[in-house]
Amino acid sequence: MKPSISTSRRNILRMSAAAMGGTLLARQEALALEIPGTLGTPLGPYGDRSPFEKAVRWRRESKTPETGSSFTPLQDSVGTITPSSLHYERHHAGIPAIDPARHRLVIHGMVHRPLSLSMADIRRLPSVTRTLVLECGGNSAAEWAATTAPDVQRSFGLASCSEWTGVPLSMLLAEAGVQPGASWVIAEGADACRMERSIPLAKALDDAFLAYGQNGEALRPAQGYPLRLRLPGWEGNANVKWLHSLKLTDQPYMARDETSKYSDLMPDGKARIFTYRMEAKSVITFPSGGQTLPGAGVYELTGLAWSGLGRIERVEITADGGKTWTDATLQEPRLPIAFTRFRLPWRFDGREAVIASRATDDTGYVQPSREALIAVRGTNSVYHFNGMKFWRVRPDGTVTNVEV
Amino acid sequence: MWRSSAVVLALAAVVPLGAQSPASGVGRPATPEDIRGLGLAIAPDGGGLPEGSGTVAAGREVFATHCSRCHGPKAEGDVGPALVGGQGTLATAKPFKTVGSFWPYATTLWDYINRAMPFDRPGLLEPSEVYAAAAFILNLNRIIDEAAVMDANSLPKVKMPNRDGFIADPRPDVGHGAGGPN
Repeated sequence: MKPSISTSRRNILRMSAAAMGGTLLARQEALALEIPGTLGTPLGPYGDRSPFEKAVRWRRESKTPETGSSFTPLQDSVGTITPSSLHYERHHAGIPAIDPARHRLVIHGMVHRPLSLSMADIRRLPSVTRTLVLECGGNSAAEWAATTAPDVQRSFGLASCSEWTGVPLSMLLAEAGVQPGASWVIAEGADACRMERSIPLAKALDDAFLAYGQNGEALRPAQGYPLRLRLPGWEGNANVKWLHSLKLTDQPYMARDETSKYSDLMPDGKARIFTYRMEAKSVITFPSGGQTLPGAGVYELTGLAWSGLGRIERVEITADGGKTWTDATLQEPRLPIAFTRFRLPWRFDGREAVIASRATDDTGYVQPSREALIAVRGTNSVYHFNGMKFWRVRPDGTVTNVEV
Repeated sequence: MWRSSAVVLALAAVVPLGAQSPASGVGRPATPEDIRGLGLAIAPDGGGLPEGSGTVAAGREVFATHCSRCHGPKAEGDVGPALVGGQGTLATAKPFKTVGSFWPYATTLWDYINRAMPFDRPGLLEPSEVYAAAAFILNLNRIIDEAAVMDANSLPKVKMPNRDGFIADPRPDVGHGAGGPN
């Protein structure tokens, strides 16, 4: 007798599950066959991604894992939003566990009314939501000396884009009443090292806000839960996490993280200080280093562009090492200071191609070549590298880093 | 582009005329106790430095007890960075940035030790121990002599070798006005 269809389906399931030892993974892989009649897993209170998805942050091995960076897998990203769970991290003394019911923000120094605010106080106030890129001032730092990072994650992955929600800092400063003569705000976090940065009052009064939300939920602990200073377009480090103190002063405090670190050393031995802005930048994420094209044919070349100064107006692509350029299509809406996805159908004809992208923002700033940056700033700047990134697509379809 | 001033105006609009300043009365007055719970913030003119003092000799002991296991016995660097050397290297192909060669203010050294060190126990050191550790590191770099005593008065007066080594951000310095490949 011919077995019924459903029986044979069950046999396939049973056989495949048995072959894998009946583990959870085996059951999940069996379900992936999408055979009707097989119940899936029950509803859950908080979602996980598919076990087939493997993209993770990368970080260097360290004897002190509480300090360091983890890099967003840009090569695996689609669209323009970085999942909170894959947002890059940079910590100096670990991630503190903070009870929001006990957290307070104190505004003090040169103010008429020193204030202590609970999270409930802050959440009562009128809020704003903005989609914004956040980029570490040290993103692509290794590119100054040599373009040796093998993939886009390790060379450009200290940049991520989220939707942030919070309260304008100008509103809270109005509550506290800034005294005449105040010109800086010293922001301090509640992490173990009490990380601090000096912020010009003008930025605080312009578009700075105190974020408690990220991508539709509370900030992740690694992103500053319960409260983070957000300074649109400015380097990540100045966006102080676990914010608990804002002190109004008449001078910057020359903190370690704005003198010894996050300052840009020039060839003449002078260092640029208070270099907060992140300039226009872009990178091709497919095809990119470490990936392989399965053969000749048409592919969608794609990547991300952003600028700390404004909106991305144009992204050009070269496939001949910079000799000729073609405009890519930009995904709308193009939001200022946010990831902009660009795309271009591209025919890989099986011959070597050297590809790169070049972004232009609405201030007219054009992403420079690495050579143009080095000609002015040398190779010891460490911070604020935004040069073009070239990848070599070999005849066999493998993609590698390339120095041009 | 979004500007917060519009939001402030919107908030003001819902507050009855003649309402007391501040606009919404959110939060409560910060008390001295609230402020004591924050990190000490030290200005480059020494503002915020607490009482206490430390000698180079005392700093040698503090360093051996709390610092040398990461920074090396002579502050030459290990798991933690080197804290000594590098003067005269900043304009070379291999700049060596340390407290002695790069840091512009001695107050930053006190502030950073106080808020962030030792790495695994930030805030462990008493103010006088922080003064002493700073004195020892400054002496290692030949910035102060062996007999110097660091306190709220003397520390801000220390002239760091690279005090004048920092310049304002001139960007955009590259990337403007380029039509073709830049």
